[in-house]
Amino acid sequence: MTLLAFDWAFIIEKLILIVIIVFASLGIALYTTFGERKVAAILQDRPGPNRAGPFGLLQPLADGLKLIMKEEIIPNASSKWLFILGPGLAMTASLMTCAVIPWGTSLHLFGRTIELQIADVNIGILYVFAVVSMGVYGIMIGGWASNNKFSLMSALRAASQAISYEIAMGLALIALLMTTGSLSLKTIVADQVTGHYWNIVYQPLGFLIFFICAMAECNRTPFDLPEAENELNFGYHQEYSSMKLGFYLFAEYVNMIMSSAIMACMYFGGYDLPFFDESTVAPNIAAMIGVGTLLIKIVLFIFLFMWIRWTIPRFRYDQLMNLGWKKMIPLALLNMLLTGAIILSKL
Amino acid sequence: MQALTNKSIAVNRKPMTFWERLYLINIIKGMMITFKHMFKKQPTIRYPEQKREFSPVFRGLHVLNRDEEGRENCTACGLCAVACPAEAITMEAAERQEGEEHLYKEEKYAAKYEINMLRCIFCGLCEEACPKDAIYLSETFAPANYTRKGFIYDKNDLLIPNTLTNATALAKAKGVEA
Repeated sequence: MTLLAFDWAFIIEKLILIVIIVFASLGIALYTTFGERKVAAILQDRPGPNRAGPFGLLQPLADGLKLIMKEEIIPNASSKWLFILGPGLAMTASLMTCAVIPWGTSLHLFGRTIELQIADVNIGILYVFAVVSMGVYGIMIGGWASNNKFSLMSALRAASQAISYEIAMGLALIALLMTTGSLSLKTIVADQVTGHYWNIVYQPLGFLIFFICAMAECNRTPFDLPEAENELNFGYHQEYSSMKLGFYLFAEYVNMIMSSAIMACMYFGGYDLPFFDESTVAPNIAAMIGVGTLLIKIVLFIFLFMWIRWTIPRFRYDQLMNLGWKKMIPLALLNMLLTGAIILSKL
Repeated sequence: MQALTNKSIAVNRKPMTFWERLYLINIIKGMMITFKHMFKKQPTIRYPEQKREFSPVFRGLHVLNRDEEGRENCTACGLCAVACPAEAITMEAAERQEGEEHLYKEEKYAAKYEINMLRCIFCGLCEEACPKDAIYLSETFAPANYTRKGFIYDKNDLLIPNTLTNATALAKAKGVEA
């Protein structure tokens, strides 16, 4: 079925995949907010939200409805367009990451092989980095456009934090890329499936650095300085209301899911279920098992994020910078050197 | 200055070691503590379904009592109002007429009897002051209300249902109390 030199079926297939993945990400993010409240409650010996629906399962829908029904306030002194652009940008940037994540191997349907990845870009991980660093613009623009001292201060903090931790993150990643030899996420995962061990075995220090930096990039506690409630009133989204605020809060959760997915793909074998031979079952079932495995890994990472958030308090600003520049970057450099030396000695 | 107790601990001002400065070990220790809390029993009482047991000496909403023939005990002597430290009780007395002997126990009764639950401190002094066993503090508390006026409880709200003429209402009231 070729028309005008386009493979229309291919475009439709990709469109369907995009819609499914975007809506699935949003759905998971919706329930991550619920999960966050439940995890927080359980860690603090409380029952958590349990009124809306069975076990409080309708709570995120009620929260969303509340946000939509709220009055939309745009402050007079704000730069209107930028004010509206901010949350949109934050949300877009966090959702764009999902394009290169391999959610599974491939499905065989209607005589076609459907790759469970929106785009197998050969510079996948570089693309992720580019998009993630776009994400900080959402916060910066929002904070600046609000025309509020606290918002501006928080935007500055967010920007400096993101820049500081992106360096260590990139350095940790270089060490990983030296061992994998590819920037494509699909290849990285496939190598781990066929190889003996997951990358975490070769890069434990690299993973630790990457994980801490990912937490900083997502503005999660203990790195939630940009939205420090007690010093900055609420941070960059102080002037926001209604769904624009919802977008900011939501983008944080989508970010969390995406960074979990990327960590699972790069260090924990992506859709690879350990001690299980995929060739023993039908390929379609194997693919679905793969998707389920990746989802479980993502959920475990999200739980880890939440567990850390409800355990430790926020860093002081100088501690944040100390950790970023004096601990993370030297450690990442050391990790890179060691990896390089080992690879060289093996040649 | 002398310390009040001998429990004071000198502050440790040693500089942090390398491992301490990495925070990691202490963070993992902290995470273990929170992890243990996941399996602890929740002390929460899920309120509307579950209710906390009151102690046997709990002093709640007031009840105006009747005798075994269903007649009001109160004679509007005003001792409760005098005893009340919060001045929450007001009443007006009236004389019992011919043919009202089945309603009121004695020749004098309270035509109006009001307690302002916002003023009341539930001390129970009215209960102690009453010579006729007419006022008691029950085991319920005043439910929420939309207006201040709604907290002024009059005789209709306070009087317990008549044992003889309205046994079901009494049983219901007792069921709520329990």
